[in-house]
Amino acid sequence: MSGGSHQGSGGGAGRGEQSMVPSAEPQKYDSYYGRPVIKAPVWKTPDVPLYLFLGGMAGGSSLLAEGAAATGRPGLERVARLAAASGAMGGTVFLVHDLGRPERFLHMLRVLKPTSALSVGTYILSAFAGASSGAAALEVTGWFPRLKRVAGLGAAATGPWLATYTAALLGNTAVPAWHEGHKELPFVFAGSGAAAAAGIGMLLAPTAEHGPAIRMALAGGTAELVASELMERNLATGHGVDLAEPYHQGRTGRVMRAAKGLTVAGHLLTLLGLKWPWLRRLAGASYVAGSVSLRFGIFEGGKASANDPKYTVVPQKARAAARGERKQSGSLA
Amino acid sequence: MTFSPTSLFGRLDDVQSDAGYAEDHPPRMGFFTDTSICIGCKACEVACKEWNMVPDDGFMLTGMSYDNSQSLNASTWRHVAFIEKPVDVPVPAGSGPSPAASGTDLGMPSVGVPQLPLIGDQEAPSGDGGIRWLMSSDVCKHCTHAGCLDNCPTGALFRTEFGTVVVQPDICNGCGYCVPSCPYGVIDVRHDDGRAWKCTMCYDRLKVGETPMCAKACPTESIQFGELTELRERADRRVEELHAQGVEVARLYGRDPEDGVGGDGAFFLLLDEPEVYGLPPDPIVTTRDLGSIWKHVGMAAGGMVALGVASFFGRRK
Repeated sequence: MSGGSHQGSGGGAGRGEQSMVPSAEPQKYDSYYGRPVIKAPVWKTPDVPLYLFLGGMAGGSSLLAEGAAATGRPGLERVARLAAASGAMGGTVFLVHDLGRPERFLHMLRVLKPTSALSVGTYILSAFAGASSGAAALEVTGWFPRLKRVAGLGAAATGPWLATYTAALLGNTAVPAWHEGHKELPFVFAGSGAAAAAGIGMLLAPTAEHGPAIRMALAGGTAELVASELMERNLATGHGVDLAEPYHQGRTGRVMRAAKGLTVAGHLLTLLGLKWPWLRRLAGASYVAGSVSLRFGIFEGGKASANDPKYTVVPQKARAAARGERKQSGSLA
Repeated sequence: MTFSPTSLFGRLDDVQSDAGYAEDHPPRMGFFTDTSICIGCKACEVACKEWNMVPDDGFMLTGMSYDNSQSLNASTWRHVAFIEKPVDVPVPAGSGPSPAASGTDLGMPSVGVPQLPLIGDQEAPSGDGGIRWLMSSDVCKHCTHAGCLDNCPTGALFRTEFGTVVVQPDICNGCGYCVPSCPYGVIDVRHDDGRAWKCTMCYDRLKVGETPMCAKACPTESIQFGELTELRERADRRVEELHAQGVEVARLYGRDPEDGVGGDGAFFLLLDEPEVYGLPPDPIVTTRDLGSIWKHVGMAAGGMVALGVASFFGRRK
């Protein structure tokens, strides 16, 4: 290889060429032999994407369970309580398995750091896992029905945080496609979590009790689709480079398109299921698959954005140039 | 622990007090790496490994340059970057760009004077044939606002009394959150070991008043260790001196206490744009946006509750 630092998609880098307006021309930028500037997460696949999914699904299920209990839908309640508890248990297993030193999992609980989303999230997960598994155990045994409701309310209070804190976890990193999407990502995860929980309900609960799950799936799935679209639009503009690109390219692009397609398919099957109830089972499965795919897509897209120096260098150059211009015009004024 | 409005972002002049140390803490220590006099000998890399007993990182030959350690990572705490670059960057007035060195055999460059500080000399015919060599010993920046430290959930990463940022290997559980939190891509998990590792600025040596190994081993004093305030003054003088000599490309990186990470505890004098060295051009600590991030998470969690409740209204079926 001849010497010289690698250039971006062609040509020598010149200073003062960056603009805030994305151009159709390939971005010119310098890098150190094309190597990444930041380090991509070392988190394992499928552990972490599945953890993200299970947190969302369990959080949504805790809401569904309490609603079902309050409105006298025992079949839906049972399914949702078991889904919430299994999500919390499964998520904990994946989270611990992902550690470099799993035997030191409890070190997570030696401090509470408000600046660390993972620290805050571990406490959310601990509280949720305790409450939801307690409620599920009482559901199965039939003991202490009032205590079950107390535990269930505890799970419903922490569940929405479990479903959305993971957006803070990803957003509060230097990974460009995560950090710059931090405003929309919580809504993507909230919608996706609700759709997945409702999907489990439609898949496993008696069809006579599907009403709330149908409404939750339609609203959650739509929220997920709208928030994803907004996130990708905001990532695409104002950064000097399209930061949504990693979510559209290659295998990750196919996974993200599948996620959207499965959620849309869930909607169609749900609507058809109003007439033919058995179709709602398929709809439920489709929502769950869509939610799983979404987490894999967001996870892999973020990693890709960290691994290509373009997504770190170009937005930062644009940002610095814009600040320089502001400073200059400020001093003239 | 005190919490001030600038604990997460902005200028913070006493980082140790902010972390909870008593007023009589030692001064903040740092590195000033003057890349204009780096000769790429890698004594710093070797000395660091020996003193800190850092395992090898693969003995690979990259083929891209004389740089075979490639990047900072869990087992490379000092990394010497080698950049061979055709002279197309703006060079000092009066010299003009050298003619393009098309077809020059790069091979082994002839032994000679290190190419700098006088870039203007490159007009003269030389064995380097229009190729400019940049060398720089990179290291953990020991940021004023350290993303790795703020995001570490176990408290394994901590601020020392010298204002540096250090991992405690007996606490780290290898969660890996620090890795994508670093805007410089410094800290990394050692895969056979499972824990995160990075430069400690030789905390053990600092404790007994010694100089960190890399600075001790550097034969040209490209790596300078000392009190950060003093190093900043020294660096300002050095960059003025280089500008006076016509090396207008010289600039300081990470020196500004007002920058996106509140200034680096280890800062640099560079001779090109930061990204040429693999450094981010405008790093901002991710926790600057912590308030906005949690605000949006809170709204989304609230929205999810509303959505759940609303699902139970309507026609019963």
